[in-house]
Amino acid sequence: MPLQNMNLSNSRRFVLAGIAAFLLGGAGLVQAQLSIQITGAGANQIPVAIADFGGDVGTSRALTSVVRADLERSGLFRLVDASGAALTEASPVDYMAWKARGADALAAGSLGPSPDGRLEARFRLYDVNRQNNLGGAAYLTTVPQLRAAGHRIADYIYEKLTGERGIFSTRIAYVVKSGGRYELQIADSDGQNAQTALVSREPIISPAWSPDGSRIAYVSFENKKPIVFVHSLATGKRHVVANFKGSNSAPAWSPDGQRLAVVLTKDGSSQIYLISASGGAAQRLTSSAGIDTEPQFSPDGAWVYFTSDRGGSPQIYRVSTSGGAPERVTFEGNYNVTPRPSPDGKSLAFIARREGRFQLAIMDLASRQVQILSDSHKDESPSFAPNSRMILLATEIGGRGVLSAVSADGRIKQRLSVAAGDVREPAWGPFFQ
Amino acid sequence: MKTSMKVSLASLAVALALAGCGSTGDKEGGAPVESRDSNAGVARVEAGGVQSGKLPAVLTDPNSILSKRSIYFALDRYDVSEQYRALVNAHAKFLVENRQFKILIQGNTDERGSREYNLSLGQKRADAVKRMMVLLGVREDQIESVSLGEEKPRAEGHNEEAWAENRRADILYAGEY
Repeated sequence: MPLQNMNLSNSRRFVLAGIAAFLLGGAGLVQAQLSIQITGAGANQIPVAIADFGGDVGTSRALTSVVRADLERSGLFRLVDASGAALTEASPVDYMAWKARGADALAAGSLGPSPDGRLEARFRLYDVNRQNNLGGAAYLTTVPQLRAAGHRIADYIYEKLTGERGIFSTRIAYVVKSGGRYELQIADSDGQNAQTALVSREPIISPAWSPDGSRIAYVSFENKKPIVFVHSLATGKRHVVANFKGSNSAPAWSPDGQRLAVVLTKDGSSQIYLISASGGAAQRLTSSAGIDTEPQFSPDGAWVYFTSDRGGSPQIYRVSTSGGAPERVTFEGNYNVTPRPSPDGKSLAFIARREGRFQLAIMDLASRQVQILSDSHKDESPSFAPNSRMILLATEIGGRGVLSAVSADGRIKQRLSVAAGDVREPAWGPFFQ
Repeated sequence: MKTSMKVSLASLAVALALAGCGSTGDKEGGAPVESRDSNAGVARVEAGGVQSGKLPAVLTDPNSILSKRSIYFALDRYDVSEQYRALVNAHAKFLVENRQFKILIQGNTDERGSREYNLSLGQKRADAVKRMMVLLGVREDQIESVSLGEEKPRAEGHNEEAWAENRRADILYAGEY
């Protein structure tokens, strides 16, 4: 597996490699490998011990590995060595011994048969310093579902210890270009379990998750022009939402999942319209002689952020969802595009061109202060995790598209790459529902 | 000091159906867990395409100006420069004299910048060619202008030469798209 050296001092490299082998129609067996490297970490990592889960060694170790890998990958935790501890959720806890090992928190659990013949993963979380039980849970699972159960456990621990919701059970969408084929793939947030939702000989861009995570809107060029589709992941059923004369692109879901903002050229140059998620007539939202594109709803649904060249260079604006005069949001530089409001409504990620380099930037919406978060040169398509902590984006390393993720404070960086081809157009899905 | 760790989980990653991951509840505040099967499975779909047809020789003969189909643009620009006027004029004349023919104009950009912004920029280029043709008498309903943005580069390189080749609008006659 190719690994790029990040050349960062004090960087830790952690590679979680899985092989998702799947059959490509007519193309034989193709292997897609997605690896995640972590470079840089949070300043104040919480030392946490995850004891080996009790139960059948093979499956319980696999479960323990998922929990540990999730927590470590987040950059917010430091794993404390838990070797030699034979603990389950039912064991008494020797708090002094775990304090001596340096742990602030401890999780212990087991994986065993459930009465209905499935597996049950049980665990409990302890605050080592306060010497109290922070709670626990039991999840029914199966061997093929072991990873999902591990993500749920990691989400529980993450939320208890950080106070914010975990994103280990979420999924990501992205497009892989390989040998003239385009595949819309869906993977778990750790890059595992990649599944192909759509295969095409023509480009697929701008995937956008419905708020409930069941559907993805995207732009497909399969009919030699850009058309907006909505695609139900579980059934594969899809329908055309916008196929007007000219180009149809840049779908963005309203927070209630009822409407899409899209970009149409049916009345001239690229303008923003609102349309029902089931299709139908489009209602024009912006009006300029130039380019208006890349709409994104604010999480409260009150605003649509977008890119426009109405002022002479592409800049980010926002307009009330009910219409009216747009307000300019970015002023620094002459190329600021791809606005992405954070789910918590506090910040705006976007791509800024500075001295010819296209870099991820983040604006604090209260102070309007802008910080550049990346040191690369071809960043595209930022996408917030649903807890607003991480931003997934496409970038380029050695002429090949890769995904990377950076925390909103810029401290934590991860890289995801698929060995088989170019990967681009990432979109982080909503919280597990 | 760098360390690396590999965990191979091939057997788990191939699992396609994500079945339920249900909760048995928890006395001490464990979050309830709902089934995931409503949205977790992913069905696979193959996108279709369009068949090509036959065109009159005058549109494809290399000696005919009508076989030339590309108009090139400067960086960030979408005005048709003087050197492509004769080409656009010739196609406009053909379309005025052959009202049954329709064309698609595809606008393209180089790879730099936002994909969606480039899609809009490519549209501006296609529209500029369309507007010229309409002024020359071609009916609006004979022309559709669309953009491919940076998605279908004719030149795959990452240098000035490739970028110049890709800042382009192409004329396709019905049957070619």
